Amino acid sequence: MSVIIVLIGFSIFVASGFLVAFLWAARSGQYDDDVSPSIRILYDNEDISSEQTNTNQNKV
Amino acid sequence: MADCIHCGQDCGKNPVIWDEKPFCCNGCSMVFQILAENRLNRYYEMMPTPGIRLEQENTSGTRYAYLDTDEIRTKLLDFSDGGISRINLFIPAIHCSSCIWLLENLAKLHKGIIHSHVNFVRKEVSITFRESDISLRQVVELLHSIHYIPDISYRSEKKNEHQRANRRMIMKIGVAGFAFGNIMLLSFPDYLPGGEAVDKLMAGTFGIVSFILSLPVITYCSSDFFLSAFKSLRKKIINIDLPLSIGILALFLESSYEIFSGSGTGYMDSLAGLLFFMLIGRWYQSRTYQSLSFDRDYRSYFPIAVTRISESAEEFVQLKDLKIGDHILVRNGELIPVDSILTDGEGNIDYSFVTGESIPVNKKAGDFVFAGGKQTGAAIKLRVEKEVAQSYLTQLWNEDKLGADREMQMQTVVNRVSHYFTLVILAIASGAGIYWSFSDLGKAVYVFSSILIVACPCALSLTIPFTFGNVMRVFGRNGFYIKNTEVIEKLTQANTVVFDKTGTLTHSRSMNIMCEGDVLSSTEQQWVRSVARNSTHPLSVMVSEWLPVSVLLKVENYRELSGLGIIGEVDNHRVMLGSRKFIAGTDDTEESRNSTVYVSVDNKARGFFKLENHYRSGLNEVISGLQPMELHLLTGDNNSEEENLKAYFSSATKFHFNQSPVDKLEYINELKQNGRNVIMIGDGLNDAGALLKADIGITIADDIYHFSPACDAILSSSKFGRLQDYLKFSKSALHIVYASYLISFLYNIVGLSFAIQGLLSPVVAAILMPLSSISVVTFASFSVSVLSKSKKF
Repeated sequence: MSVIIVLIGFSIFVASGFLVAFLWAARSGQYDDDVSPSIRILYDNEDISSEQTNTNQNKV
Repeated sequence: MADCIHCGQDCGKNPVIWDEKPFCCNGCSMVFQILAENRLNRYYEMMPTPGIRLEQENTSGTRYAYLDTDEIRTKLLDFSDGGISRINLFIPAIHCSSCIWLLENLAKLHKGIIHSHVNFVRKEVSITFRESDISLRQVVELLHSIHYIPDISYRSEKKNEHQRANRRMIMKIGVAGFAFGNIMLLSFPDYLPGGEAVDKLMAGTFGIVSFILSLPVITYCSSDFFLSAFKSLRKKIINIDLPLSIGILALFLESSYEIFSGSGTGYMDSLAGLLFFMLIGRWYQSRTYQSLSFDRDYRSYFPIAVTRISESAEEFVQLKDLKIGDHILVRNGELIPVDSILTDGEGNIDYSFVTGESIPVNKKAGDFVFAGGKQTGAAIKLRVEKEVAQSYLTQLWNEDKLGADREMQMQTVVNRVSHYFTLVILAIASGAGIYWSFSDLGKAVYVFSSILIVACPCALSLTIPFTFGNVMRVFGRNGFYIKNTEVIEKLTQANTVVFDKTGTLTHSRSMNIMCEGDVLSSTEQQWVRSVARNSTHPLSVMVSEWLPVSVLLKVENYRELSGLGIIGEVDNHRVMLGSRKFIAGTDDTEESRNSTVYVSVDNKARGFFKLENHYRSGLNEVISGLQPMELHLLTGDNNSEEENLKAYFSSATKFHFNQSPVDKLEYINELKQNGRNVIMIGDGLNDAGALLKADIGITIADDIYHFSPACDAILSSSKFGRLQDYLKFSKSALHIVYASYLISFLYNIVGLSFAIQGLLSPVVAAILMPLSSISVVTFASFSVSVLSKSKKF
């Protein structure tokens, strides 16, 4: 049964890793804005750049 | 009638057409053209009509010239290595996904911009640009050209403070959640029957691990509660955080004692859970209104730099560097930053900011000009008479008493309830402790702490944030934005309502117009309109908008005589518009001065346009809905409107005319001294002092970003007619709070009755505590949403 104590120590160690990762994420400002990333991911970058080249051709 | 492709507003009678698309104004079509040229039309595909309309196009090219000043530049820039710079700009207009898309594609508009990144929640855009290709001023002008006007002022330090607080809160929640989850796993044996069978070594280890895990909870996560309790104790007030802090401490000490004496496993899981849920409650509260910052000060309204004229040249200086005797230049549409004397030019100063009068005041060279007015018309030169800090507006805000007064607010419901709650619990706990100490000292300590633990006011402390937090959300969805939950409580206690007139009861821009005198033929109307179109004076604008649409005719020999009127020739007919003195030669009567425009055609007086204030729709409902509260009306205007107002208000309403901002403040003060709980409803700066002084200051705003720094709440003008519903809703919300209290008291009574007898086992305490919190939170959130549906919010 005392193996549980070792397991608990190990699990808390792993969990602490996640806690540290979370604290790092919060400190680095990843939770500052939770609206725009969800919108930004939908933008189609290629689409715009191809349009851009079209314009350049038109201008020429 | 079509809606503008750009901003979605009604295009009116004569839309501007470009590329076969309707626009409400030239400004909107200009933006559309810029974006079309740069192949950025996807802006219009993502969201319908995402654009921003500018009420006033400030065309003067030097508006942002101060951004070329090195000192100002370095203060504003976040980062600069000479070649590449980065700036964070606050743009209140950011509102949809199209905005994000466009602002993040700024690089397509100008090659000097390397990268731009939007923070939607804080409505900020961070722009990295190459100094050799584009200057800071050009960046801002570029944003201006697409109608995303940055609000430039030195507020970044405050912003950062807010951001840091938010991050700290999230980290605390994370730490508390981590401890809560892990301690719960360790306490699991206690939750099950037969858990006592876990062997001694294991139970001891679990206890010590729980203790270690709870250390960051007690030292880090609960620091805010301890701090707030300590602060309130020093002010001799008992607030909700005091019993909470006692509860947290008792829980921690009792659990530590149990763990180290080997008598039990403690309640560290409850402790961590309690903090986890309470922190979430507070975070939820602060988050709801993150996007609306209430801590703007008067400097946000003032320019941060002005043009100073010295003998040789014009230069841009910061406001704080202005000295008495300096000469400054104020252009059309700019604010006068400081009390000064007009030295050159015709002042036509719009003081709606300060006095509430919507009609510009005419000033001549040598006149004294107060700060806060906005020049309309040609540029004027002024000599500074007072330093910026001494000016009139600043004085109004700086009145020390105002700030101090707010601190000593009346006790809120939570504080009152928790005050007695704490005292009663402490009394019961000590009473039971003393009783048991006669027979069994160990048992006495156990009973004392278990009473404090089981009666821990967590349900009590969760009720207000969740109930009122939900109410705030419901209000926010409906155009009524509240500063904090305390405001809701105060709304329920108000018994006096004071209205401001201009901009509050009336629309600030539109007025009813009537034409009196000889009837103008349609051709004559066309002439008058063509002439009036040339002037930017509010009265001319209103007249020209009121007249039927027609082709604009060419106007010759157009002249504008300040303070008198305008003259122009159309088809060789001389049209004059202006004051009675100008047209008829007789002096203006006091009453007619602000509200009539006389017309003459070919030197023959033809009558006048009478402009009447246009009252907001729903005024009748609001006034009848607010009965039986005492109503007052304060206005900076003269009493020409008294008869019209009487039609709306009951005879008990008290009217006060010609009130200066200071008079308004004094009046509110007097009402408060007579024991009234006052709601002041105003439109912003001119009644800032009164708004601040009142128990609740509500600003009516056509645009929620234009509000007074002094207010407790903002009411979107379109929702004015529902004002009384908001007050009633707050009262119902208070009943929900009382009902939630009742539920948590029931839990407490059951828990206490066991605890006093010394029968409360850790299992029951551990189950009872989170259960009471969860059920109270569920009840509060559920009833608010039911209530909002039944009231049609």
